[in-house]
Amino acid sequence: MDLANIIQPPSTPSLLSRLRANLFGNVLDSVVSIVCGVLLVMLVYSVIDWAFVSSIWRAEDESLCKEAGGACWSVIDARHRIIFFGLFPYEEHWRSTLACVVMTATIVLSCFPWFWSALRLSALWLAGFGTFYILMHGGLFGLSVITPERWGGLALTIFIFAAVSIIGMPLSILLALGRRSKLPVIAKMVGLFIDFFRSLPLLTILFTAAVITPFVLPGWLQGDKLYRVIAGFAIFFACYQAENIRAGLQAIPAGQDEAGSTLGLSYWHRISRIQLPQAFRNSLPAIVNQFVITFKETSIVTIVGFFEILASGAAAYGTGKWTVHYIEVYVFIGLIYFMFVFSLSRYGAYLERKLRVGHG
Amino acid sequence: MLNSFRNRKFREALLQAVVVSGAAVLIIAMIINAKASLDAQSLTTGYGFLERSTGWDFSFSVLPYSISDTYSKTILIGILNTLLLGFLGIFFATVIGVIIGLIRTSKNYLFSFLGTVYVEVFRNVPLILQAVFWYSIVAHLPKPRSAINLGDAVFLSGRGVYFPGFNIHGLAVAFIALLIIAWLIFLPTLKHRLDASSRYYQLRKIGWFAVLAVAIVVTYMARIPETTLIDYPALKGLNFRGGVRMPPELSALVIAISLYGGAYIGEVMRAGLMSVPKGQIEAAFVNGLSNFHIFSRIRFPLAIRAILPSLTNQYVQLMKATTIGLVVGFSDFFMIISTSINQSGQTLELLSILMGGFLLINLSIAFVMNSLNRRIAIKGQESRL
Repeated sequence: MDLANIIQPPSTPSLLSRLRANLFGNVLDSVVSIVCGVLLVMLVYSVIDWAFVSSIWRAEDESLCKEAGGACWSVIDARHRIIFFGLFPYEEHWRSTLACVVMTATIVLSCFPWFWSALRLSALWLAGFGTFYILMHGGLFGLSVITPERWGGLALTIFIFAAVSIIGMPLSILLALGRRSKLPVIAKMVGLFIDFFRSLPLLTILFTAAVITPFVLPGWLQGDKLYRVIAGFAIFFACYQAENIRAGLQAIPAGQDEAGSTLGLSYWHRISRIQLPQAFRNSLPAIVNQFVITFKETSIVTIVGFFEILASGAAAYGTGKWTVHYIEVYVFIGLIYFMFVFSLSRYGAYLERKLRVGHG
Repeated sequence: MLNSFRNRKFREALLQAVVVSGAAVLIIAMIINAKASLDAQSLTTGYGFLERSTGWDFSFSVLPYSISDTYSKTILIGILNTLLLGFLGIFFATVIGVIIGLIRTSKNYLFSFLGTVYVEVFRNVPLILQAVFWYSIVAHLPKPRSAINLGDAVFLSGRGVYFPGFNIHGLAVAFIALLIIAWLIFLPTLKHRLDASSRYYQLRKIGWFAVLAVAIVVTYMARIPETTLIDYPALKGLNFRGGVRMPPELSALVIAISLYGGAYIGEVMRAGLMSVPKGQIEAAFVNGLSNFHIFSRIRFPLAIRAILPSLTNQYVQLMKATTIGLVVGFSDFFMIISTSINQSGQTLELLSILMGGFLLINLSIAFVMNSLNRRIAIKGQESRL
C-alpha cells in the first residue's frame, strides 16, 4: 500500500465541474440559473444594440437618429466640448485637457504605496495641484489669464474635488486629534463642531457658504464664491474624514502610545511616528471610501450655480435639435463619473483585502 | 510667572482658555458683522415675518394651500413634503435593499452577479445625476391623452402619475394612520408586560380587530357625501380628474432615491447576512430545519442585529439626500427655505429654522432606530450592539 496515495488531499475539482455543481446543482438552481442567464443575455444584447449597433455616431448624421432607433451619439460628437470645458475659451481647451490629465495622474500616483509618506504625498499633491491651477488660471509662462468664473465642465469638477481633498485632509487630522485630546474643553468643542456639520445635508452647507457667509464675514475675508463653497465643502469633508481617522486611532492598543511615552517621545513624535501611521493603516478603506463619496458629491455644487459637468451637460442638450437627446448626454456623463468612482472604489476594496491579509 | 509656565496643568488650562476665548471672539465678531450688514439693508431681525403671507407659489404640497398663506405654514408644508419624499424613498429603498441583499448572498454565481451589476451601476453614479435622468424620462412620458394605462386605475403621463384615491376627508386618514402607529408602538410594551404569554397573543388579536373596526367606522363616517368610496382617475378633456396625482418631480426623486439607496442598503444587508456565524446555520441544518426556517428563524434574526446600526446611518443619509429635490424643482424643505430667503431676506432666521429642522428630523430617526435596536438586542449582549 502506497502511503503517499492515502494521505493525499482530494484533488480539487476543475473549474467546469465546480461551475456545473454551482449553477445546475439541483432543479431550483438550474431554473434560477437559466432565468438569470436569459436575463443577462437580454440585458447585454439590448445595451450593445442600443449603444453600438443601432446607434449613430457622427454629428452631421443627426437626422438619421430617429430611424436608427438606438443611441444618438451625434449629440456627444457635436457638443462634447461644452460638456468637458464649459465656458472655457475655445482656443485654450488644450490647457483644460492637460490640467485634467495632470490631476488624474496625481490621483492615480497617490494610490501607489511608494508615495505613502507625509512628505511625498504632500509634495505630489502640491505639485499636481499647482500645475493644474497654473494651467487653468494662467498668468504665468505666457499663458493668458482665465478667471474661475469661466471654468467649467470636467475641469471644474476635478478642481473642486482636488481642492476639497487638499484642504480637507490636514484639517481632518487636526479635528480627529482635537476630538481625542486629553483636554476636556477642546475635545468637547471639536466634538460639537464635527457632530454639527455631520448632522446637516451638504447642500445646506454649500448654500450657506455661497449665499450667507457674505453677511457674517467682513469684506476682505469673503473671496470668490467658488472659494467660499470649496471652503465649506472642505470643512464638511474634514468632519466625516476625521471620524474615519478617529476610528483608526481608537483601534490602536493603548500600549503603543504608553511605550512611546516611556521611551521619552514628545506628544508630536508619538502622534506623527506611532499613532497616525497606524491609524491610517487601520482606516485606509474607510478613508478611500470617503474620497469616493466626495467625488460623487461634487455634483451638488451645480445647485448653488456652478457650471460643473452636470450643468454643462444640461447646457449641451439644451438647445436646438439636441433637446430630444437628453438620455445620451446623461448616460455619457454617468459613464465619466462611473469611470472615476468605480476605479476608486475598486481600489478601496483591493486595499481592504490586502490590509486584511497583512493583519493575519 | 515663569514657574507657572513650567507647570503642565497650568499650560493646559491656559491653552483651553485661549481656544475658548478665540472661538467666542470669532462668533461675536460674526454676529456684529451680520448685524451691521443687516442694518445696512434695513431689515428687521426676529421671527415676526413668519406670520406674514408669502405671496408666491410652489410646485407641490401635501396640504391644501394658497399663495396668501403665512411663512410658517409654507415652511411646515416644506417639512411635510420632505418627510413624504424621505419616507417613500426610504421605504422603497429598504424593499429593494432587502431583495438585493438576498440576491447578492445567493450561492448561485449568475444570480449574485446580477445583484452585483445592480449595486455597481447605481452606487457609482451621483444621486443628483440619477435624479435629473429620471426626471427627464418621467417628464417626457406621453401627454395625458395618450397616457400609459395600467388596468384603468393607474395612469402614467408627463403631467404625473395618477392613482385611485379615497373620497374621505384627509383628517380621517391621518387619524387612522396615527391609530395604527400608536397601536404598533404600544404592542411591544404589552408584550413585555405580559411576558409574551398566550394572554398576550389573545389580546393582540382582539386589539387588531378593534383597530380594524374603528378604522371602518371612521372611514364610513368621514366619507364625502354622494361620491363613490374609491375615486378612480379619469380623462376629462385635456387632463385627468379625480384620483391622486403624483407629480413628475416627486416620482423622479422617489425612483432615484429608492434605486440609489437600495444599492447601499443592499450592501448593508449583505454584510449583515454574511456576519452570521456559519456554525449557527449548520447547526440549524443538522437539526432538520427547512431552508425557509433557517432563514426566517436563525439567519435573519441574527443578521438584523448587525444591520440596524448601519441601516440607521443609511436612513439619515437618505433623509439628508432629499435636499437635492431642488434640482428638479420639488418644493421640499430646503427649496421652500431658499425661496423664502430670496423673497423675504430674513436670511439668518430662515437658516436657523433649516438647520434646526434637519437636526430634529435626523435625531428623531436616530432615536426611533436606536430604541428599536435596544429592544431587539440579544439579552446580555446589549453593550456590544
